[in-house]
Amino acid sequence: MELVTPGDGGEQQQQQQQQQMLYSSDSFFPPQGRTSGFGFVTTTLSKVVDLLGADKYIRLARKHSVWPALFGLACCAIEMMATSGSRFDISRFGAEVFRASPRQSDLMIVAGRVSIKMAPVLRQIYDQMPDPKWVISMGACASCGGVFNNYAIVQGVDKIVPVDVYVAGCPPTPEALITAFNMLQEKIEHGIPPGVSPAVAHAENPNLVRLDMASIAPYPG
Amino acid sequence: MSSETKAIEYSVQEEDPSGYTIVNMGPQHPSTHGVLRLILTLDGERVVRSEPDIGYLHTGIEKTAEVKTYQQALTLTDRMDYLAPLSNNLGYSLAVEKLLGIEIPERVSHIRVLLAELQRIASHMVWLGTSGLDAGAMSMFLYCFQEREIILDLFEAVSGVRMMTSYIQPGGLMADLNPGFLEAADKVLTELEGKVDMYYGLLEKNPIWMERTKGIGILTPEVARDFCITGPVARASGVDWDLRRDRPYSAYDDYEFTVPIRTQGDSYARYIVRMEEIEQSLKICRQALGKITPPGIGVPYRTDDRKIVPPPKYEIQYSMESLIHHFKLFTEGFTPPPGDVYQTVESPRGEVGFHMVSDGSNKPYRMRVRTPSFTNVQLIPELIQDLALADVVVILASIDFVLGDCDR
Amino acid sequence: MTTVSEEMRQLGYELSAQFADNFLGSREDRGELTLWVLPPVWREAARFLRDAGYNHLSDLTAVDYLDRDPRFDLMAIMASHVKCDFVRLKTVLGLGEPVDSLVPVWTGSNWFEREIYDLFGIEFQDHPDLKRILLPADYQGHPLRKDYPVTGPAGSRFR
Repeated sequence: MELVTPGDGGEQQQQQQQQQMLYSSDSFFPPQGRTSGFGFVTTTLSKVVDLLGADKYIRLARKHSVWPALFGLACCAIEMMATSGSRFDISRFGAEVFRASPRQSDLMIVAGRVSIKMAPVLRQIYDQMPDPKWVISMGACASCGGVFNNYAIVQGVDKIVPVDVYVAGCPPTPEALITAFNMLQEKIEHGIPPGVSPAVAHAENPNLVRLDMASIAPYPG
Repeated sequence: MSSETKAIEYSVQEEDPSGYTIVNMGPQHPSTHGVLRLILTLDGERVVRSEPDIGYLHTGIEKTAEVKTYQQALTLTDRMDYLAPLSNNLGYSLAVEKLLGIEIPERVSHIRVLLAELQRIASHMVWLGTSGLDAGAMSMFLYCFQEREIILDLFEAVSGVRMMTSYIQPGGLMADLNPGFLEAADKVLTELEGKVDMYYGLLEKNPIWMERTKGIGILTPEVARDFCITGPVARASGVDWDLRRDRPYSAYDDYEFTVPIRTQGDSYARYIVRMEEIEQSLKICRQALGKITPPGIGVPYRTDDRKIVPPPKYEIQYSMESLIHHFKLFTEGFTPPPGDVYQTVESPRGEVGFHMVSDGSNKPYRMRVRTPSFTNVQLIPELIQDLALADVVVILASIDFVLGDCDR
Repeated sequence: MTTVSEEMRQLGYELSAQFADNFLGSREDRGELTLWVLPPVWREAARFLRDAGYNHLSDLTAVDYLDRDPRFDLMAIMASHVKCDFVRLKTVLGLGEPVDSLVPVWTGSNWFEREIYDLFGIEFQDHPDLKRILLPADYQGHPLRKDYPVTGPAGSRFR
């Protein structure tokens, strides 16, 4: 998945860059040429969708039904389980079920430290998820190696998979995980491609909103 | 899989395996309670042979502890058995205090007992919730995690962190209890004591639960001794060994409690032993609450030895000695005399042993942690031999291992 | 601080009577008894202690003393459920020196010895299946040795 580098703003360059991107923010079906046979169907469908302006509604539907895949590794997994418990209910935000099979899920919450033996498995599970897929790197160990700066732990899961939201904490409280989930929902709503950081996407396409913590509405009360 | 990693060598049996399927259970699996990989050879539904493959959570904690000071290495011990971090802290602190040769005030021991037993209840709640979830009783998960939340609120009140508290430190405690802590603990205990009967009633006489756990995964005491099994798994088979009673540490000999023992050795016996342990832990917590004096000026919460614990901050302003102690402790740390010690505690999973080797410097020369899950996971192939795949799930749940504890 | 009981000290005398030159001595420190033997009698000494009542193998591990000639200290801690006590049995090994496996004495020492082989490189003879357990099967090096860097080999692609 290539990261998009901002160009000099020229029209041609922008179009070329759009074609080079694996995901363009305007059409969310897999880009042309990637799947043969379905290419004609998807390009027609995506043109119809663009015509109808149904972009926004599909993103809204996606945002409210993100189903995480079970990828709890260590201590953060217990806080992730607590988040799905009855006190910090994450299913009120749409994450109704934690699917055991990656082929039926949208989101991979990497909860816990990734050891070097687990790293190929992580990549394999990520590859098995169908597009569009997002990754939340939960906790300090998944984000940057955390407390463990040694031979056995991957220093940041973004060396293996592209990450959308990083959550700090050791372990992050369930409230922090829910905040990260809400940030991810904002990201989906504004059409930022998965795996691309909002700053880079904004630089590439200035029409996109700048996403930061201030854009999330505060909890009432 | 990338070409750099080979599959683990799994030798094929002598008999013709043509009818057998080799199935990989894990490392990403909802029922393996962590990243455990079980390579199963199945004859239809029956397990012919199995081999656990661990190491997917190996964190190198023992190596990392060799480059941290004794105070810093404490935070690493939280993260091994992440369902009972206070038990690990207690074991480490007792081992370092033994290495240093210091005595800590009795009040501190009672507070440690209270927290360790609350941690035991919280850990057994997670076990009960996930066991129920694995066997299909999904609402057990929601019930148990709610009880765990009120206990975690207590931990957050006293240390600021829900899980990895690092509250029990060599020399005493991180800080004294909050002014309202004992009343809050009293309320939590009253609530839990009122709900114990409900928790028994949820699963004990449930015919599906009994059908799924009775007679499944029988462990005889001879096999348990041969495999060095400790904890509730061994006690459900009749091995009468509980470190709190037999090698008391941290003032446990002042408490009255019984150790639940069963002889059947099946998953139902392990379930009953842990449920009774929850009840006994509540009893110990009640006794501990009566023994702890409320916090106040002059009430000790750690040892007085200033070469090990830093002085109170206000003393630094007028005492040169305190300033020097503070400086030495936070730049270099304390230096125990050379030698080695071994200290065991009874964690919710079994016997956790800390073997600390000191060479006279401020960093541990070797911190070896003997964890119960490491030996208990080794037992899995013995227990699941010739059982159905659905029984494998129930047995894994009943052994209650934690992969962070196993792989370290 | 507890002290070592006279009954436990008897173990030292009995071992010295049994193994003569192969028994190096005993040490009492902070209330714990450590008995030292040479590698050729490692398995017999463990079996002797098991039959003397210390039938629960609590731990089996090694320590690396880099600046000493027999570099490794292999150590087994055995507990007695009846006497509620534990004793530590140690032996000294040089680099590359193999030692007898304790699997015939306790089946549970299988994984302990695999872990020692994985992290220290000490080989055990008569072990049914000596291969790496915690690290990937093709990992090079033995991390818990003192001359292995904490952050791992240079150029690791996970850093």
